[in-house]
Amino acid sequence: MTTHLATEQNGRRGGRSARNPVGRAGYVFVSGYVLFLLAFGVLPTCYAVWLALSNSRNQLVGIGNFTRTFTDYRFGPAFLHIGLYLVIWLASLMILVVLLSLMLHGRMRRASTTLRFLFYLPGALAGVASVLLFLILLDPAASPVGWLLKGFGWNTLAQVNAPGHLPVLFTVIAFWTGAGGWIVVMYGALNSIPDEILEAARIDGASTLQIALRIQIPMITKWIAYMLILAFAAGTQLFVEPQLVSLASWGMIPDSWSPNQLSYQYAFQAGDFNGAAALSVDLLILGLACAALVVFRTGLFDRDER
Amino acid sequence: MHRTRRPRSLAARLAWLIVMALAVLFFCVPVVWLLLATTKTDGQIVRDDPFSFGSPRAIADAWHHLYAFQDGAILTWLKNSALYTFGALAITLVTSIPAGYALALTQFIGRRMLLTITMLVMLMPTAAMVLPLYLGMNAVHLDGTIWSVILPFSFFPFGVYLTYIYFSSNVPADLLSAARIDGCSEWQVFRLVAMPLAKPVIALVGFFNFVGNWNNFFLPFVMLPDSSQYPAQVGLNNLLAASPLFNTSSGTGNQIMRPELALATLVTIVPVLIVFLFSQRALVAGMLAGATKE
Repeated sequence: MTTHLATEQNGRRGGRSARNPVGRAGYVFVSGYVLFLLAFGVLPTCYAVWLALSNSRNQLVGIGNFTRTFTDYRFGPAFLHIGLYLVIWLASLMILVVLLSLMLHGRMRRASTTLRFLFYLPGALAGVASVLLFLILLDPAASPVGWLLKGFGWNTLAQVNAPGHLPVLFTVIAFWTGAGGWIVVMYGALNSIPDEILEAARIDGASTLQIALRIQIPMITKWIAYMLILAFAAGTQLFVEPQLVSLASWGMIPDSWSPNQLSYQYAFQAGDFNGAAALSVDLLILGLACAALVVFRTGLFDRDER
Repeated sequence: MHRTRRPRSLAARLAWLIVMALAVLFFCVPVVWLLLATTKTDGQIVRDDPFSFGSPRAIADAWHHLYAFQDGAILTWLKNSALYTFGALAITLVTSIPAGYALALTQFIGRRMLLTITMLVMLMPTAAMVLPLYLGMNAVHLDGTIWSVILPFSFFPFGVYLTYIYFSSNVPADLLSAARIDGCSEWQVFRLVAMPLAKPVIALVGFFNFVGNWNNFFLPFVMLPDSSQYPAQVGLNNLLAASPLFNTSSGTGNQIMRPELALATLVTIVPVLIVFLFSQRALVAGMLAGATKE
């Protein structure tokens, strides 16, 4: 690793011209991507910030739109819903994914490959398909787990989808479609721990639990942090799940359950693009903060630049 | 890679089996149930055993009902999905593969900054960008056209990042220098040396872009006003809204019940499922390459 790095740095410092004698070629190769980055990344962001800071007559109003949306009676609940969902979702994701990956690792290799694939497969139903599936599946009248639902005292779909149950329901859906992919990643991370270390620990008399807690989990912390931060950023953006559930709830679930839905309501129900933009900017700042945290704190992308 | 197995207690083995069985049930039962639901009538779904098989005839009936919805709208939606997904896929590959290559193996001013921005944007969830994108598209009068979906789908920083990782860890710069000394132009170096080596990463970028675009709901939902333009995901939302099962007022005049919804879901995900099954090996290898890069 060290030697590889050294040669790479030599190549970069000493032999820069050897690496790319023309110099302009790099620009040509990235030009298409940069165009898209500007048009669909940078410009919309700038436009959203401008809209959030101005009013419908293009006058600058400062943080007016932010304070206005902040005092909206739907603002607090929307962020509260998301907050509650994130706590449940992130806790279950972290505990169960790490547990399942550890249990799959180093045991019955062939079975573990099959299991990982089975866990991964529901990912094909991400989005509308998974919500639709669970909406039909969780109707106690038709559900294969009807006995379980009735055991909780829920006899109709409306009772299953009661507002208080949504954070758990969305966690189940998100876990079903997303956990498999993370198990694959964690399994890969566990594979990168040299066998000798685990062997040495075993010879020293460490139990499976001690190995997991003192060696394996600390060594994949970076990946757990990466998973949490990405899952956090994605979780703040819920749209399709509450949108569909609200559609099928006979008006019991508000159509502004999540911040993204509220933003949609501002834009398309009230025609208030400035308010919608302010809400989008709130979410962008949340997402950007997460992204910055990953890039600069976990050192995940320390690859060749140092 | 052999492991010396310590003798484990029976209790530990049992616990392993129970946890794994529960996990398999959780991940697989919904899929199996979905497959079986399409073989039954709505009444059978409610009354019969959840894991019983109905009849092939019921599948045909469900398809007739589904197809009758807005005169074959389901096929239109699938066609639209394919158009948007493959259109965006083509543009994504043409823009992101050379960009990742240049970031990894050439020098130019602003390279480091471009890399940092790419990483930031890649980790930023796209849902928050949907409304700003709509407003931008609206400003240039592209909203409601197919370009308002295809172009944003084509902006895929994750693909650039994957390509960058791949080229910087798998293709030594010396190899390219040798080609240059032999008289290749920069374009020839890329096309004749780098591209043939890049097949695995092209497949990987294609996979993620395809699945992400196919399953995207929010962007087309916001951009497109007309049912004849919807991709399958937004179409499913329409079916749900029109089903008498969930919406007694607007649901008259069609027979979109549980089997039809299950069948529509299944038909919609078939392309992704096929891609999943065929790319499983490459995918896992690629993910592991990413996971073990330390």
